[in-house]
Amino acid sequence: MKKLMLGNEAFARGLFEGGCQLISSYPGTPSTEITEFGAKYEEMYAEWAPNEKVAMETALGASIAGARSFCGMKHVGLNVAADPLYTAAYTGVNGGMVIAVADDPGMHSSQNEQDSRHHAIASKVLMLEPSDSAECKEFVKQGFELSEQFDTPVIIRLSTRVSHSQSSVELCDRENVPTKPYEKNPQKYVMMPAYAKGRHVFVEERTKKLIEYGETSPLNTVEINGTDVGVITSGIAYQYAKEALGDSVSYLKLGIVNPLPVNIIKDFAEKFKTVYVIEELDDIIETHCKKLGLNVIGKELFGFIGELSQAIIADKILGKKTEFTEFTENVPVRPPVMCAGCPHRGLFYSLAKNKITVSGDIGCYTLGAAAPLNSMDSTICMGASISALHGMNKIRGAEGEKKTVAVIGDSTFIHSGITGLINIAYNATNSTVIILDNSITGMTGHQQNPTTGYNLKGDPASKVSLEALCKAVGINRVRVVDPYNMKETEAAVLEELAVEEPSVIISRRPCALLKYVKHKPALNVDKDKCRSCKMCLKIGCPAISIKDGKAEIDKTLCVGCGICTEMCRFDAIAE
Amino acid sequence: MDTKSIMIVGVGGQGSLLASRIIGNVLLSQGFDVKVSEVHGMSQRGGSVVTYVKYGDKVYSPVIEKGEADIIVSFELLEAARWLSYLKRGGHLITSTQTLDPMPVITGAAQYPTDIVEKIKGLGVDIIAADALSLAEEAGNAKASNVVLMGLIASKMSFDDEVWKDAIKNCVPEKFLELNLKAFELGKNIE
Repeated sequence: MKKLMLGNEAFARGLFEGGCQLISSYPGTPSTEITEFGAKYEEMYAEWAPNEKVAMETALGASIAGARSFCGMKHVGLNVAADPLYTAAYTGVNGGMVIAVADDPGMHSSQNEQDSRHHAIASKVLMLEPSDSAECKEFVKQGFELSEQFDTPVIIRLSTRVSHSQSSVELCDRENVPTKPYEKNPQKYVMMPAYAKGRHVFVEERTKKLIEYGETSPLNTVEINGTDVGVITSGIAYQYAKEALGDSVSYLKLGIVNPLPVNIIKDFAEKFKTVYVIEELDDIIETHCKKLGLNVIGKELFGFIGELSQAIIADKILGKKTEFTEFTENVPVRPPVMCAGCPHRGLFYSLAKNKITVSGDIGCYTLGAAAPLNSMDSTICMGASISALHGMNKIRGAEGEKKTVAVIGDSTFIHSGITGLINIAYNATNSTVIILDNSITGMTGHQQNPTTGYNLKGDPASKVSLEALCKAVGINRVRVVDPYNMKETEAAVLEELAVEEPSVIISRRPCALLKYVKHKPALNVDKDKCRSCKMCLKIGCPAISIKDGKAEIDKTLCVGCGICTEMCRFDAIAE
Repeated sequence: MDTKSIMIVGVGGQGSLLASRIIGNVLLSQGFDVKVSEVHGMSQRGGSVVTYVKYGDKVYSPVIEKGEADIIVSFELLEAARWLSYLKRGGHLITSTQTLDPMPVITGAAQYPTDIVEKIKGLGVDIIAADALSLAEEAGNAKASNVVLMGLIASKMSFDDEVWKDAIKNCVPEKFLELNLKAFELGKNIE
């Protein structure tokens, strides 16, 4: 049966068909749906872990116990999981272990544009790169086989366009892969120096064997169409190249991107007058070719930044440009915004109004950095808001402490904010941390987390009490506010900034998009009372605009949160 | 046949994912090779969103570049103007007349262009503008304007109504089916 599937859905199908038994992941665009689709198969246990490091360690444990296992994450998630990865490379596996890492060239939903192939090179594990949904499924199944054959974790590198494009996939049945017996083997799994030294020798031997395997692997394919121009490529870049250049050039498509083969590349390159390397982001294949003494053309044409496309390749190689008609006037940009009814809106308005320095974090609330709220000073990585606040406060002293806060979401706090908070308590700054508890992992599309009381499957689960957790690490001042009450929330922030000890404010109100959240009726503007002062526009609500000089509220968007009624000095906004 | 390209553009939350899935389903059922490219994550939050649908004997790239789209369907007028450059010369632009102010317009930092449909017509582009929102409300829910526009596209493509209706059945929950089929009919009967 043929089915149109997202790359991520096909990946999950590959896990199912390949006999995977355990999935442990942390959500991150564009990787999230692998685990969500995976959870729909009853044959596989699936969970959201608190962060990627925990997810990878869980998957490795399952592998050591003898089962095929999986963990998935976005590119920056692999940085968090790098610690277990680099040593899992030494221990190898028992049951096959596949890791998905989804890069985001073009940064559709990310804070950097890193190329995760570097992690495969540095950790010395096998990395495969599919170019469409059918390959996603096949490469996962191959990945499990190769993981067991070569005793290595296998990373499968995705990119936004592979993960989030649908293409047709032929479905197969699930393979019956029994759990392998577990045998105690400290030389393989206890990585203290004496044993790790032995495993490093194994890792280097394994790399040689993997290179040899790559020379003849069906994952690396050659397509000869004449001998003028050859293209060496991998992943989604192959699809762009094929569309731009068609059958006018020959291709070496590398399904294995680490370790890279030698002979197949040399043999291919030597056939052609001109050889291009077409790869997104960094020059990894190109550098490898140049190390082999091959004269290839790559980044000098395509650069290191953003996504490639058929148009870029046609332009750079063929000098071909497509004509188009453009709208003749300036079209205002439409950046993403906080949703109508977002519980974070009023808080960010208050922070900006009081000129408070805001150490921000990763999530929907990063949108608080955008106009008109403009209320964020830094956003770095998961959890950095709290640790960076501590560092700023150590340098800026008491005056800084009274004017600076950290803001962090509930899921991000559990992911890696808690350790920063422990540092604040332990190493003593009078820091004020605001946990934006919207009772869900929002940005990635509503995943459960340890604070929500439900697990990935939607079943009731143990629930972290943020209040008790913060108190337990040594924060004595912990209070909960309702951010729909803007004045009360503002007063709480100012009070906590003023006190001479660290404090946590939990701003608690479920995400307005959650299905169980009951909305109040949409609000109306009394046009007679409206004085056109535009105060209500300062909160950046997408439901409010000015029509014919007066404020107007879009009834299809408004959820009646009431923040705008607190802004209006003339009582013009009401139910 | 050569690869054909359809772009669906709008504002995050307007239902472009459903629209692309319906079209993808139709094309797959007709034996085409199909690729549909979606946007998830941060851009979905009320930002400008774009979905690509490509079909033919063999489709390689899932994305559509400037000057490549045979059809652009826009759920919002400003987005029709924004993505116009992606239309192939001689392609069709189908747009809802619905307008949603982006944040720079709300805050007064920019102006929403006037007479967009007329200006695009003036550029020699084949444009159909329809009040999909009112028709969706007539069908029973403003949110079904995406399916109204599917009806309008169906009239520009050569597949049987039944094929479209089957695809809608595959893509929407049972309880919203009747509403969406009605929205499709209303879209199909425009003009």
